[in-house]
Amino acid sequence: MTEVNPQQVSAPKADETGKAKAHAAVATPSGGGPRLGLGAIGEIPHIGLVLALVILAAVGLITVPDTFATGSNMVSILALAATIGVITVGATFVIIGGGIDLSVGAVMALASVWATTLATQAYGPWVMMICAILVGTGAGLLNGFLISYGRMVPFIATLAMLVAARGLAQRMSERRTQLVQPDNSLIVDLSTTRILGLPLLVYVFAVVVIIGWLILNRTTFGRRTYAVGGNPEAARLAGINVRRHTMMLYALSGFCCGIAAIIIMARTTTGSSTHGDLYELDAIAAVIIGGTLLTGGRGTIVGAILGLLIFTVITNLFILNGLNTSDQLIAKGLIIVAAVLLQRRSLKAST
Amino acid sequence: MEDISREQSETPSLLAMRDIVKQFPGVRALDGVDLDVRAGEVHCLLGQNGAGKSTLIKVLAGAHQPDSGEVLMNGEPVKLTTPTAAMKLGVATIYQELDLVDGLSVAENVFLGHEHATMGFTRRGATNAATRKILERLGHGEIRPTTEVGRLSPAGKQVVSMARALSHDARIIVMDEPSAALAHDEVSNLFRIIREVTAQGVAVIYISHRLEEIREIGDRVTVLKDGRTVAVGLPAKDTPTNKVVSLMTGRNVEYVFPPRPDGGFGDEILKIENCSVAGMVRDVTFSVRAGEIVGLAGLVGSGRSEIIEAVYGARRFAGKITLNGQVVKAGNTTRSVGLGMGLAPEERKAQGLLLGQSVARNITMASMERYSTFGWINRKKEAEEAAHLVKALDIRPPDPNRVIKTLSGGNQQKAVIGRWLVGEGRKLLLLDEPTRGVDVGARAEIYALIRKLADEGVGVLLVSSEVPEVLGLADRVLVIREGRIVREAGAGELDEHTVLDLVMDAHPVTSAPSHD
Repeated sequence: MTEVNPQQVSAPKADETGKAKAHAAVATPSGGGPRLGLGAIGEIPHIGLVLALVILAAVGLITVPDTFATGSNMVSILALAATIGVITVGATFVIIGGGIDLSVGAVMALASVWATTLATQAYGPWVMMICAILVGTGAGLLNGFLISYGRMVPFIATLAMLVAARGLAQRMSERRTQLVQPDNSLIVDLSTTRILGLPLLVYVFAVVVIIGWLILNRTTFGRRTYAVGGNPEAARLAGINVRRHTMMLYALSGFCCGIAAIIIMARTTTGSSTHGDLYELDAIAAVIIGGTLLTGGRGTIVGAILGLLIFTVITNLFILNGLNTSDQLIAKGLIIVAAVLLQRRSLKAST
Repeated sequence: MEDISREQSETPSLLAMRDIVKQFPGVRALDGVDLDVRAGEVHCLLGQNGAGKSTLIKVLAGAHQPDSGEVLMNGEPVKLTTPTAAMKLGVATIYQELDLVDGLSVAENVFLGHEHATMGFTRRGATNAATRKILERLGHGEIRPTTEVGRLSPAGKQVVSMARALSHDARIIVMDEPSAALAHDEVSNLFRIIREVTAQGVAVIYISHRLEEIREIGDRVTVLKDGRTVAVGLPAKDTPTNKVVSLMTGRNVEYVFPPRPDGGFGDEILKIENCSVAGMVRDVTFSVRAGEIVGLAGLVGSGRSEIIEAVYGARRFAGKITLNGQVVKAGNTTRSVGLGMGLAPEERKAQGLLLGQSVARNITMASMERYSTFGWINRKKEAEEAAHLVKALDIRPPDPNRVIKTLSGGNQQKAVIGRWLVGEGRKLLLLDEPTRGVDVGARAEIYALIRKLADEGVGVLLVSSEVPEVLGLADRVLVIREGRIVREAGAGELDEHTVLDLVMDAHPVTSAPSHD
């Protein structure tokens, strides 16, 4: 929906000659010649990201054939992706809406700590889950309020939340890792119970992605997100309540952090103030690799999730090959740069 | 054309432009313009909006390349290929929105781009000293070179812009509506500075709509109309206003206005009572009836756009505005849209469009509730409505899925207006410069569309800088000057001459910096 069709853009004028040109351009995509084939492939959404994933998988099959293609490895990739994946969905909304949320990792940590305090745990697993979601959403609402009604720059407001939420999580837990009590093992079941070989939390991740995609592409909320991020003044003059919408975007991001907190409690059986360190950077990187503009107004959930999977598979490959994590970080850095450069090229080709 | 032969003196002019032609897609902005500027004079450039003044300045500044014609300086042909080339030849342009960096000091701004520096390290002492010298030359030794520009008043910034021009050893300084942002006493100060520089042999090309100012500061006047020079070198002091206005008016309007309806109008729908906008609009009262097109005529900065924005609730105002008896709330455009208003804003690209999105998305963005249930969009219905409007408005090319930035200005404008025609029930349309950047053919279509909507009972409030457009399209005209209605009359009772006279013959604004 947001992809610019390269062939449409080639006719600058909309009068009769422009019309003729447009037809001509459609008849010979991207000017014909050897670029024709590439142009046609470029039109399939996210083809570059899918290709990158395929190449990474091939690397895995060649370098570590015994361990990479196993079922358990696939499950561990997905389980690893699930936590940041849920956060990435929220981050995609915020970034398409023209903002940025740096506080996601810290808010997730705070939610996990709050939900695993003995006081909360006394009420049972359901209350713990609701608590995590409420804490996440509350922090997101506060972010949104400061940004849309307090007129703070998103970067600063969420940076403040990052620092403060991390601190509050440390205060609450007294810097100790809080275990999920045996009585509340229902939460841990998300990680251990499997349907069709996949742990429940992978399904939670999938459901969040699907719902996120539906909201972004099929509802007025999603439409308005693109409008608010693409041109806030035009959105306001079209009668859209830009402030309220912006606040909702951060609340949504916080909500996703709450769900991510449940997933991380399930995976680690703990709540800790150290959870989710630098997750914000992974989430933002995934969104950017997925083709979302940091300036807002354009982007997709599918792209962001593919970007995240690329990151996760790289991590997995480095671990399986016994390479050190420093090289892994260098590789990720290069991938971010390469992805953005490639996108800019395809964007240029289309204008 | 008159006076041209008489005005050619024996000594070559400092600047001479001959038969400059500049064609844009769909518009011939300059169609044979001549300009003669002598050293040490203040040469005023007059003309209505669309007459070609801005294009001419841009040619002079090296920002636009003319398609034909020649430019001579001191009798030698020159090429103003880039802004840098123009600057090297001694042409400095001070645009209306002064291009200064607020966070840098006065001295840093003056020498921005040609700093006194050694190995990349700026020599602050030398820069400050040089700046001080220029400021003193301008009679503004009290402005400290180290002051941050953002802290200066509009008048102070103007001085800095002037200093910057002089730092380039400018021989010609072009000033585009320099007084628009200044208060009365600041204007006299500006004039003093202009006299200082012209006394030193620099020529100033002065653009203003205010005839009084031209009389006070100008030496000679060149009048443009429809991209042509209609008078060169008129004496600024004693050419009668009547004659100047006559030269500017009577534009060959090629576009056709739709006929006005015979019948009367409906009830008053929009009522504006004692409405004021801080510094811009003062105590304005008027109303719009159903089916009526009311035109606001006024200069940029007269308050006309602010009136429209206040009506839409997009700007803070004092007073009372009601649509069908329901109160408009400042800052709540959602409510205004709900009451049945629609706005086509002045800056189409910056305020109206989602440039990267499709025509359909741009059309449907304001009325998503119509085809959604609990936020869930019925995409088939949406696509049908968009396709219907693309067809009804004859948006070309007729493809709702096309990215809107690839359309011409006229077709983009149709989409912005079309946004408010989704479904029935729109009661009031606010159109701010609806034909800016629209070519002649599409103009006629937009005029016809506006009239058709009015005939269907929609009230229209129209703002335009082009007096013929307001007179040709509106049923009733309000002439706005300095935030007040100075004349209200049926469009048939006014002519272009009268309106221009009312709009231009103003005493300088006494307070309040201009917004646009």
